[in-house]
Order: sequence, then structure tokens, then C-alpha cells
Amino acid sequence: MQDSALPEDSSRKFSLEKTLKLTKLRLLLMHFESKVGHIGGNLSCLDMLVVLYHRIITKDDQFILSKGHSAGALYATLWSLGRIEEQELSHFHRDNTRLSAHPPPTGIDDILFATGSLGHGLSLAAGLAMSKKLLNQSGRVYCLMSDGEWNEGSCWEALIFAKQQQLDNLTVLIDLNGLQGFGTTQEVADLSPLEEKFKCFGIDVVEVDGHDLNVLEKTLSKIQRLTFVVARTIKGKGVSFMENRVEWHYLPLSEEQYHRAVREIQSL
Amino acid sequence: MKVSFCQSMLKTLEHESSNVFLTGDLGFMALEPLKEKLGKRFINAGVAEQNMVSVAAGMARNKMRPWVYSIAPFIFARAFEQIRNDICFHQLPVVLVGNGGGYGYGVMGATHHAIEDYGVLLSQRNLKIYIPAFDEDLNALVPLLSKIDHPAYLRLGLAPKLDQNFAIPQYSAWRKLEEGKKWTVLISGSMAGNIWKGIRQSGLNPLPNVWLLSELPIAQLPSDFITDLQNSPNLLVIEEHIAHGGIGQMLATILLKTGVLLNQFETRSALGYPSSRYGSQQFHLKENQLDPDSIINLLKKDILEV
Ligand SMILES: [Mg+2]
Repeated sequence: MQDSALPEDSSRKFSLEKTLKLTKLRLLLMHFESKVGHIGGNLSCLDMLVVLYHRIITKDDQFILSKGHSAGALYATLWSLGRIEEQELSHFHRDNTRLSAHPPPTGIDDILFATGSLGHGLSLAAGLAMSKKLLNQSGRVYCLMSDGEWNEGSCWEALIFAKQQQLDNLTVLIDLNGLQGFGTTQEVADLSPLEEKFKCFGIDVVEVDGHDLNVLEKTLSKIQRLTFVVARTIKGKGVSFMENRVEWHYLPLSEEQYHRAVREIQSL
Repeated sequence: MKVSFCQSMLKTLEHESSNVFLTGDLGFMALEPLKEKLGKRFINAGVAEQNMVSVAAGMARNKMRPWVYSIAPFIFARAFEQIRNDICFHQLPVVLVGNGGGYGYGVMGATHHAIEDYGVLLSQRNLKIYIPAFDEDLNALVPLLSKIDHPAYLRLGLAPKLDQNFAIPQYSAWRKLEEGKKWTVLISGSMAGNIWKGIRQSGLNPLPNVWLLSELPIAQLPSDFITDLQNSPNLLVIEEHIAHGGIGQMLATILLKTGVLLNQFETRSALGYPSSRYGSQQFHLKENQLDPDSIINLLKKDILEV
């Protein structure tokens, strides 16, 4: 079990695969210690976050976690970069923590906006991207969204705006895990195929396997226009009893489940 | 007021390059000069206010100063969560400009009115409300708002033109319009001019003190206002807003805490649509007894009794 922060130059020291594995183990420990859920959605997007933060995002870039319920994955990723301290993670979700279950408005420099109410992030990212253009600033803006989030009408407002304003410095990632709060995305509000909907608006869409680190890195590093990266993912990825099961949107881990999950991740 | 607003913006934003103007597809026959002047910094964000407000928050996060313009309810009500989460949680300097505060949009109907705007918005602790009463106020307010370090809501209305006999004091949060006795009248908003005019021409003897309030929340009562209350302890508060969350309620708390004792405390506020009939702004003000005649009748009746 990893119990100290990765060194700051971890991106050079470890392979992406190793970094992801260590971050995943730390994420599980954090959830286990704090006895909280949202693990499934964290595991579906953690690969994207690790690739983004270790290989893509530079100091000129900005990131918005629109699916705020995956704050745990973001905190663990920031930990893997040494930007959140080891001991801070053990306060996740507890009294007097900086790490609330959804990203907080203040206290952590890497977090630009409090998210958690779905359907805000893409507009915020569009505002960041628009201001970069008006101020002639370099760098891209990255926004990570969920698939269920596209139920929110404001997401479509933001999409229309981003397209109209030709925000070529904006990359949108969609964590297409097929599950949302109370069922599959198809059962609740069927938008499939979501990528085709985006294309109808004239958006450039790239479809990727959201767990293929090399493909993610290659794809994201090449983008230079307004692009939606639709990433097919598995909720609960890497833990057999969690994969594609809606209850892991919410459930905390029992001790036995935690140890089983750790064994599975370690054996990958 | 929107034409004066536009003119003041033209003057101010010329020197303030970080300012950016977003409109929710409104401003036809009013904001064209601003559009021309600002170029890329004038953004028609379309009929999508939730997005527009969050976009403004994103721009403010990168050190720009966004102005967000629409018909008042389409901003404060439609995009309330965006105002709360994206602007106010982060104390960003975004100016929300609501055109047609109160019954300003008249016969356009209830969906276009904003008689709950500042009550709702004052629930946000770091947001300040600015309510100009005269076109001239915009000359002072726009430069002020272009430099704020907190969220703001500018409530625009339709102000009457007053003749030269009415010396409009320079813009300030509190202004005394009329020196008087017995009653102290506190007004807010673009109806102030007409009520001031009505009171002065009413033949009331004595005239009441008339005060104008243009910024909320109330930070502190001016000492002159307290003195007026001590000498003329019959207070009438008039606002084009529902009572709940309004100036009357706010003032009542402050007066209780301050220990200023009143003889009478009257409020006139918006009741909504009691007759289910709709009309001009004047029609609604009259129905809600917020028009000059109703105010004067109240003062006449009660001044005799005091
Ligand atoms: Mg999902």
C-alpha cells in the first residue's frame, strides 16, 4: 500500500501505468478510511485525470471538473503530483477538512470553481477559454464531464455557446460510463448515441477508450480545436465487483471489500 | 435608463480594457453603440442565461470584468444557482444588469417583472445591489461598478425627467431629496422621482422629509437620517418590491438594533397581481398603492392624525 505522496517529478520517475495504479490504491484507501461512496464514478474517470495532469496539462492550462462528484479522483490525482499532502487525504469527507465530497470554492489553488451541481462546468470552462482568447493568453482549458450530466439543459446551452464562439482552446472530455444516479443512462434519459448528438451541432468529436492511457495521451496531445473527447469507460474500473454496477455510485467499502479491491488493483 | 446606461458604459469601458459585456440577446435599439465600440468584448451569448452567467464567472476568474445584461427576471431568477455557485461562492466581480426592476416591463406581464429581485439576491452575502433612481445616477454608478471587487446587481428602471426645480443630488447610497417635518419618507428605485414630484406639488403642510436609498444591503444608517427619524418619527418606506426580503424589513431590524424609537412605521410594497389585471408600470404601481397619489393620500390622512 502506498502511504506517502509521490515525488513531484513522478511523471518522469514512474510510467503512467504505475502512477495510475498507485493513485488508484490511494483513492481506495481514502474512500475506505472515510467510509464514503462515489467510488464507481471516480474509478471511471481516474485514468483520464492521471493522463491529463501527468502528461497534458501545463501551467498555462486550466481544468474544470464538471462532474464534481468525482472530487475524490481529482484529490487523489493532485496528491499524485504532490499538490495535496498525504495527511490531507485522510481528512477527506470529515469535519474540518478542505476536501469536501465535491470540490470546494476556496482553499485549494488547483480548484478554480466549486462544482457538484451538474451542468455548470462546461459554461465555466467556456468562460475561461473565452477570456484567454480575449486576453491573448496561451494554454488550453480542459473540462471533464459525466454522461448523466447531459440531462441538464445548461450543458447544451454551453455547447452551443462554445461552438458559436469558436473556442478552439477548449477540450471537453465526457466520461461515458453509461450509468447515472438511479439507473443506466439509457433507462433514465436516453441520449445515446451522445457523440452523434454532438456531431449534429457541428462539434468535432473523438471517441476513445477511456482506460487506454496511451490512446488518451496521444489523442489529447494532438487536439488544437474545440473538441469533445467521448471516452468509453467502465464505472468501478479495475474492481470486479464494482464494474458497471449502479450501487457503486453511492456505496462505501466494507473492510473485506476494500482488501479484495486492493488485491485486484495490485494484481493488474 | 438603458440609454443612459449605454452612454455611461461607452465612456467608462473605453478606458477599462478588462471589461467585457455579455447580453442575453437583448439590447435592440439601445445597445448598438456599445456593440460597435467594444467589438470582440461585446458578446451576444444568446437566449441562454444560465450559461451566460457561468461564462461570466469563468471570465472573471481570469481577471476580466464581465457585465451580464438581460431583462431582470431572466438573470436573477433563471440563473440563480449560477449566481450563487459560480459568482458568489468565489466573490467574483461580475456586474449583473437587470433591466426593468419591479414592474418596469409593464404590460409585458408578470414573467417580465422583477418584484423579488433584491430580496432573492441579498441572500448572497457578498453581493451588493445598486438601484439608480435617475438617469444621471448612471454617470457615477458605471465607473464605480467597473472597479468593484465583489458581485453586484444593477437594477435598471425607467426614470422620469424632472424639471429644473428639482435639484437631483449627486449619486450616493443615501440622499436627502426634501427637507420636511413629521414624516420621514424613504423611497428606493426609479419611481422616486415621480413620488418626490408628487409630494412637493401635493400642498402637504408640512412636507415630509424625503430620503432616497440606492444601495443594499443597508450597511449603516446615515446620522442625518437618524436625526430626521428622531425629529420626525413617523417613517414610511416605499419600495417596488415585495415586503419579504425588502427594505422595510431590513430597516425594521436595523432600527430595533439601533434603538431608534418610531411613532409610526408604515411600509408600501408590491403585492403582486391582486386583481389578475395587467397593464403599464403605472397601472401596477397604482394597484399596489405605490403611485404618488396613493402615497400622498396616506400622508395626508396620517399627518392629520399624528
Ligand atoms: Mg455516468
